[in-house]
Amino acid sequence: MSKKKDDKRIIFNSEQEMPLVAMSLGSMLYNKTGAWRNIKPVIDLSKCIKCGICWKFCPDTSIDIVDEWPVVNYDYCKGCGVCAEECPEKCIVMVEEEK
Amino acid sequence: MSKERKMTITLPREELMSSGHLACQGCGATLAMRYALKALGQKTILCIPACCWSVIDGPFPHSSLDVPIYHCAFETAASSASGVRAGLDMVGDKETTVMAWAGDGGTFDIGIQALSGAAERNEDFIYACYDNEAYMNTGIQRSSATPIGAWTTTTPVKHYKKERKKDIIGIMAAHDIPYIATASIAYPEDMVKKFKKAKDIHGTRFIHIYAPCPTGWKSRPDDTVKLARLAVQTGYFPLYEVENGEKWTLNLKIKERKPITEYLKLQGRFRHLKQDEIDLIQAEVDNNYQKILKKCGL
Repeated sequence: MSKKKDDKRIIFNSEQEMPLVAMSLGSMLYNKTGAWRNIKPVIDLSKCIKCGICWKFCPDTSIDIVDEWPVVNYDYCKGCGVCAEECPEKCIVMVEEEK
Repeated sequence: MSKERKMTITLPREELMSSGHLACQGCGATLAMRYALKALGQKTILCIPACCWSVIDGPFPHSSLDVPIYHCAFETAASSASGVRAGLDMVGDKETTVMAWAGDGGTFDIGIQALSGAAERNEDFIYACYDNEAYMNTGIQRSSATPIGAWTTTTPVKHYKKERKKDIIGIMAAHDIPYIATASIAYPEDMVKKFKKAKDIHGTRFIHIYAPCPTGWKSRPDDTVKLARLAVQTGYFPLYEVENGEKWTLNLKIKERKPITEYLKLQGRFRHLKQDEIDLIQAEVDNNYQKILKKCGL
């Protein structure tokens, strides 16, 4: 894993602070894309067979594997529903987001 | 029930694409990039021309990828990659892989002369084209990768596209480059295998990736992977590879191909098609599939 895993936003106060060549300094983790979501995935772990398919097909890499179980990272999940569609056991349901 | 079972992981765990990128919901291109980087690893340099990925990556000085990226002009993906490779050769770096990562507009239309030139010189890089079948980044304009019958903003319903999709694999195979493959985001293991194989070959390698776009295809975001799978199962986008322009291998043989309507009805861009037009598309798909089978010697 690389070191660019900081979710701080980089802001330059003056031109002198900018690097001389165009290069990326930080990751996009500051951008919490979870706010884009209308529906959110909820995993019923009692039915989960640990096939890893939800992790494999997540376009936002927002499903992590923690202690051999899939866990949704709601900070970044955009609510596309690919995981619920692809789950072979249908143990992921998309529920309306409460505001 | 499955407390003791181990998690089945069929792909490399290393994650070089971070969350927080700017792609639409259910984007196929991000999945393509994720699998490609999983296969190629950290020692990779990307050359990205104007395409969806130049936006998805994020604004300066942030980036959602953990590899160096060179954003270049629209038509120069292949020539920039040739230059980066030449620079690496000058400093004696042999292990870094250079990958040009362009959309279908930057490959089929605008970038084809640079790509053809680089393939003729047999420059040492991977050229990956993720194909979402129109200029999605600028607002769904028709490209030469748009399939027959499709709606785009420049081919509106009454004047839907009447021309066929360009046969890019045929064009690249005519250059006799060492490795050409097609890959689909619905078959990530196959895609990772192909990128790993391409990494160990020297010379120009071309990989054509099928990446559905819910925004431009007017499909549901949760159908992204399903659409990519249907495209393979209907024979619309077969998975095969070509080595040295002559050895054609079909990677996934489909015993009973599904009818093309199953694929078309999920997308709003084909909603206007009538039955006789769908029959024409079906005949076209059958014809192309038979051609590829013949080239693979089946």
